[in-house]
Amino acid sequence: MITFQVNGKSASFDDDPSTPLLWVLRDNLQLTGTKYGCGIARCGACTIHIDGEPVRACVTPVSRAHGHAVTTIEGLSRDLSHPVQRAWLELQTPQCGYCHAGQMMTAAALLTKIPTPTDTDIDDAMSGNLCRCGTYHRIRASVHRAAELQAKGKRA
Amino acid sequence: MTRASLLILALPIAVMAQTAAPHSFEAFQKAAAVLRHPRCLNCHIPGDAPLAGADGEAHAMRVKRGADGLGTAVMRCTTCHQEANGELPHSPPGSKDWKLPPPETRMAWVGLNDQQLCRALVDLKVNGGMTREKIVHHMDTDTRVLWAWDPGPGRQAPPLEHREFVELIRVWIEGGAACAP
Repeated sequence: MITFQVNGKSASFDDDPSTPLLWVLRDNLQLTGTKYGCGIARCGACTIHIDGEPVRACVTPVSRAHGHAVTTIEGLSRDLSHPVQRAWLELQTPQCGYCHAGQMMTAAALLTKIPTPTDTDIDDAMSGNLCRCGTYHRIRASVHRAAELQAKGKRA
Repeated sequence: MTRASLLILALPIAVMAQTAAPHSFEAFQKAAAVLRHPRCLNCHIPGDAPLAGADGEAHAMRVKRGADGLGTAVMRCTTCHQEANGELPHSPPGSKDWKLPPPETRMAWVGLNDQQLCRALVDLKVNGGMTREKIVHHMDTDTRVLWAWDPGPGRQAPPLEHREFVELIRVWIEGGAACAP
C-alpha cells in the first residue's frame, strides 16, 4: 500500500507501484488540474511538487510519493491568494492555459528557493516548461510580479 | 580428476596469461572505447550543459550542472530522471544517484586523447579524489556505470561487455595505471 499526502490530505494507492503519479492524481483522486502533455517529461505540463521539489508527474512512479507530501495546482491555495496565482491573474498570463498549471508550480517552487529571482534564474527554472502559445514574456513578467507580491506579503 | 591432470589443464592457462596479458596502457586503450561512448561522455563534460543521445547533442530544456552537479535550484536532475529508465522511447533514462560530476571536479573527458584521458582518470586533483582501487570499484559497481549497459529503449550500450571492460580497467590499474605505451 502506497500512502502519501496530497494537498494536506491523506491518500493511498493499492495497485502497481510503477503507475505514473499523474494517473493516480487525475484518475483516482480526481485532481485534474495537473495536465497530461507529452507523457515523457519533455514539456512540464504535469509539474507537481513532492516535498516542495518540482517533479514531472507523468514519468514519476507513484511509489516515489510514498511517505511524502504531494502538492498539485489545486493545493497552491484554495482562495487564489498564492502570489503566483495573483500575479498570473493580474497579468492575464495564459493564452490557451493548458501548460500553465505546470508553469505555475515551477514558478512557485522557484520563489520558495529564490525569492527575488533574476531573469537568468527564471530562465534556468522555467526552461523545462514549454508553452506552445509562446507566452514566455508574460510568464517571466509574472514571476517577477509574484516575487514582488510575495515580498509585500511578508512585509505586511 | 587427478592432481596431475589438473596441472596439465591449468598449465596452458598460466602460460597464456603470462604471454597474452596486455600491457597496462594497452588495456586502458581498449577500455577507452567505453569511456568515450556517449553513455559515459554525455555527462563527463567540460561545460555546464550535459549532452544527450548517440551524437552528443545538447540536452533538452537548457539543463545545467548547478552547484552540486544535480541541476539548478528548481530544474533538478530528479525533476525528470527517476531511479529506473522510463519505458517509453525518448522518456528520461534513470538510475539511482543520477547526476553530473560536481563543478569543482568535472571529470571532463570530451576531446581528450588516450594519454590525456588516462591521466585524467588517475589524477586525484581532477577525479574527485578517487584512488586507483576506487576507480576499479566505481567501474565495477557504480549504479550509473552499470546503467550504461541497461540504458533503456532507443539507447545503445557501450561496445564492450561490462565484465570485459572492468577486467581491462583492472589490468590497467594493477599493471601500474600506465598512461604511455
